[in-house]
Amino acid sequence: MSSTNRPLSPHLQVYKPQLTSMMSIAHRLTGMVLAFGLVVFTYWLYRVTTQPIIADQVSAFFSSGLGVVMLYAWVFTFNYHLCNGIRHLFWDAGKGYSIPAVYKSGVVVIIMAVIFTAAVFFLGK
Amino acid sequence: MAEFRLPKNSRVQKGKHHKAASGTNLTTVKVYRWSPDDGENPRTDTYEVDMDNCGPMVLDALIKIKDEMDSTVTFRRSCREGICGSCAMNINGTNTLACTTSIKQFKGKEIAIYPLPHMEVIKDLVPDLTHFYAQYASIKPWMQTDSVPLPDKERLQSIEEREQLDGLYECILCACCQTSCPSYWWNGDRYLGPAVLLQSYRWLADSRDEYTGERLEDLEDPFKVYRCHTIMNCANTCPKGLNPGKAIGEIKKMIAQRHAL
Repeated sequence: MSSTNRPLSPHLQVYKPQLTSMMSIAHRLTGMVLAFGLVVFTYWLYRVTTQPIIADQVSAFFSSGLGVVMLYAWVFTFNYHLCNGIRHLFWDAGKGYSIPAVYKSGVVVIIMAVIFTAAVFFLGK
Repeated sequence: MAEFRLPKNSRVQKGKHHKAASGTNLTTVKVYRWSPDDGENPRTDTYEVDMDNCGPMVLDALIKIKDEMDSTVTFRRSCREGICGSCAMNINGTNTLACTTSIKQFKGKEIAIYPLPHMEVIKDLVPDLTHFYAQYASIKPWMQTDSVPLPDKERLQSIEEREQLDGLYECILCACCQTSCPSYWWNGDRYLGPAVLLQSYRWLADSRDEYTGERLEDLEDPFKVYRCHTIMNCANTCPKGLNPGKAIGEIKKMIAQRHAL
């Protein structure tokens, strides 16, 4: 039946981005960023114990303009991943599947992630 | 591994423009075209449709195009009232039934029509649903019982038991949700997808079915159910307003509860 020259219909190219799919892919991306950040953090910890001078250099970088931006981006990914993870726990318990509930909880997650990040920023001052 | 770009033979090219013969109230309809006969890549043709002489739904516009402008445009349609599921397609970015999608909501802007996403195309807007139907058959979508002797009348349900099937039995298997799911795009060979899993839950939730355990056992593998990541594009796009994501969540709960016992 299937002839090999049949094309594959467009998917990502035409499908409308929407809160549902965008928050899902963001959950994956933040997970990847978190994992990468953990490697950097572990490296810093390791250097604190072995070569404090290098650890100080890493600390100095994360106090510079670009470093601070990267640090807070990482804090945001942590907060987003945490809040959206809790959203997933509600789903796993069988709650919040209706589309209005999905959108409401999605907006709540984004707002909470921003608030938590702002809280870290102001408390860290 | 997920392939994000379209294969070379599938990349869409610019197609022909068909002007309306007459009329002032024109809406442009862009239609995905591919023919197995000419060896060309897919293209999008545009048609100017005279809205003063066209029915209210997107399917009416497609039929008008086929009748009056270009008889080679190919698509499935049958009931024109949202119950057969034949005219499922991607209209302005989301999957829906052309026959129940009003043209008005797009406010005169261009309407872009593609086949259901990430499917092999047979011609134009007609995707190959063979694999989807095979997956549907694999969940044994019929009542299975062992109780003998068979009752000499209907198997009765209480009103509450019957209510468990609301939101499930209405599914028309149009494949809108199935092909809206990014996880199904990348794992469709082994992941059953939202439509098939909703149907699967329809039989798990049926008080008359006696094979719940076997059904759950059959579903329990890393791909069949668990490639669902609760993206929820499925419920967002279902033209019948059903919630496959919730049905899948219920299946996951049933599997977990089965192990807890």
